[in-house]
Amino acid sequence: MGRYVARRLLQMIPVFIGATLLVFCMMYALPGDPVRALAGEQAVDPAQIAAMKKDLGLDLPLWHQYWNYLTGLLHGDFGTQIASGQPVADIIADAFPITARLTFFAFAFTTVVGISMGIFAGMKADSARDRVLLMVTLLLISVPSFVLGFLGQYFFAFQLGWVQPNVSGEANWNELFLPAVVLGSLSLAYVARLTRTSIAENLRADYMRTATAKGLPRRRIIGVHLLRNSMIPVVTYLGTDIGALMGGAVVTEGIFNVKGVGWSVFGALKQREGATVVGIVTLIVVVYLVASLLVDLLYAVLDPRIRYA
Amino acid sequence: MPETLKDTETTKDGTAAVPGPTAATMAASTKPEKARSLWSDAWHDLRRNPLFVASAILITILVVMAAFPQLFTGADPRYADLANHYLQKPNWSHVFKEDWFGYDVQGRSIYARVIHGARNSILVALVVTALVTVIGTATGMIAGYFGGLIDTLLSRVTDIFFAVPFTLGAMVVLTSFEERSVWVVILALAFLGWTQIARVARGSVLTIKQADYVMAAKALGASTSRILLRHILPNAIAPVIVVATISLGGYIGSEATLSFLGIGLAEPAVSWGVDISSGQEQLRNAAFVLIIPSIMVSITVLAFIMLGDAVRNALDPKLR
Repeated sequence: MGRYVARRLLQMIPVFIGATLLVFCMMYALPGDPVRALAGEQAVDPAQIAAMKKDLGLDLPLWHQYWNYLTGLLHGDFGTQIASGQPVADIIADAFPITARLTFFAFAFTTVVGISMGIFAGMKADSARDRVLLMVTLLLISVPSFVLGFLGQYFFAFQLGWVQPNVSGEANWNELFLPAVVLGSLSLAYVARLTRTSIAENLRADYMRTATAKGLPRRRIIGVHLLRNSMIPVVTYLGTDIGALMGGAVVTEGIFNVKGVGWSVFGALKQREGATVVGIVTLIVVVYLVASLLVDLLYAVLDPRIRYA
Repeated sequence: MPETLKDTETTKDGTAAVPGPTAATMAASTKPEKARSLWSDAWHDLRRNPLFVASAILITILVVMAAFPQLFTGADPRYADLANHYLQKPNWSHVFKEDWFGYDVQGRSIYARVIHGARNSILVALVVTALVTVIGTATGMIAGYFGGLIDTLLSRVTDIFFAVPFTLGAMVVLTSFEERSVWVVILALAFLGWTQIARVARGSVLTIKQADYVMAAKALGASTSRILLRHILPNAIAPVIVVATISLGGYIGSEATLSFLGIGLAEPAVSWGVDISSGQEQLRNAAFVLIIPSIMVSITVLAFIMLGDAVRNALDPKLR
């Protein structure tokens, strides 16, 4: 087990370096100039721009810039914003907890509601309630999350007045409820469908018949035997979903005015603040990588036949 | 998923009327009747599936709308009459008329705009899906077939692209371009979107390359490219087609999301995402400006998702 984790952690390194390099290249190698953007539409002395670039290390070749960035990152230095002079680490420290809270909320909602819905429908495949669930999930998948966000805002905030349309700076739990539901709705639909299919499939399995024949109580058959076996595809999906939720938060945070990383990254993109964008995307990549490692370790818990030497 | 598709090894009925790319992949041996191939069997299933028929009709209408918007409306989606039509409410009885869905904040016919907006969405979805299918299948097949160092390298590259969050990555690519035509949006989505298909194709090839007919072809001295294209590709493609069909709807949503954020398509391009974005300021007093293009996006995504579901049910024998 320990060796497996160590090997997986080592394998993460090339993926981590590759992903940061990819984002770094997309940010810096493509056209668009943060120093030039600083001046807006005004004409600026090219010599002044060149001097500023030299100061910021933006005149170096790309590989050198990346090397500087990576060594800085290993020392915990995420770089500084060009326009405000604020360290990127500070911006992340302010914004990340808010997004983490939003993502966690959305994730918990997805997991609890999605799995319950899936079990509810999967226990009676092809029944009326199963068809209703399939229809509902189909609708949730079809409506893009930003549309869902606006609809939620329109009905719950403007028409019914149950919630505030915008989230305050503190981003309290109760304020994050609607954004989290909107953010998690797509995953909810997938989780419900995966659980439903998995449960319906496993209900016919031999071990289920054995468990029933042994005379085990129904609670135990379903709660232990069926659920544990049906959760593997769901857990796989949930593991890769955390990163997607964080990435998708850009849209939700924009609609509900949540000051999280998505909101920061959106602002930074418009001003070509490379360090901020690369820093935040890197962080999300790390979250994704760690989550997928945890999922692989969970497999062994769910299915004892899977062993990691 | 891949190991369930072994039955393609049996007799192939090349005469089956499968439309599109699938027909070309199975032109090989033409034996009359007997056991139906996976493809003709799937097609047989599909025609009887109401979900498939409904989505096929919807998609046909949408594609015709994208290709010939003039058939649906004579109105110009860019013609703005602010004086007479500022935020005029929909007139539900005027079906197919210019004022059916009302007018937006610039006095433009919303009906004309949603009809003309279909082109960009459909174009993005179809071209991106075609591109990611080609890139992903090629990468996955090469990695799966050759194995060893090539597999390790290609799989790590796939992992790297997979680790970058999709929407966020597309945003990073797109903000670098000053002029964002529909082709830039397509390239940005395809650049990051191919990984899932590569993984599926690799898995599928890994199981199929062990098959007897691949060994036989090798023993007979068939060239690598012939083995890959004539023997492995037709048998490994089914799961890829399933994933590709399902992702069609997703790309419609992605285009709308990016345009909505102001980093996909932009005015004067006519796009549902752009219209939803400009409708958000009027959400409180004129919600229809936002809701009508939203419904169009949702119906289109729904049609493609239903198609994907139907295709999966038909091609994956495990689900029967």
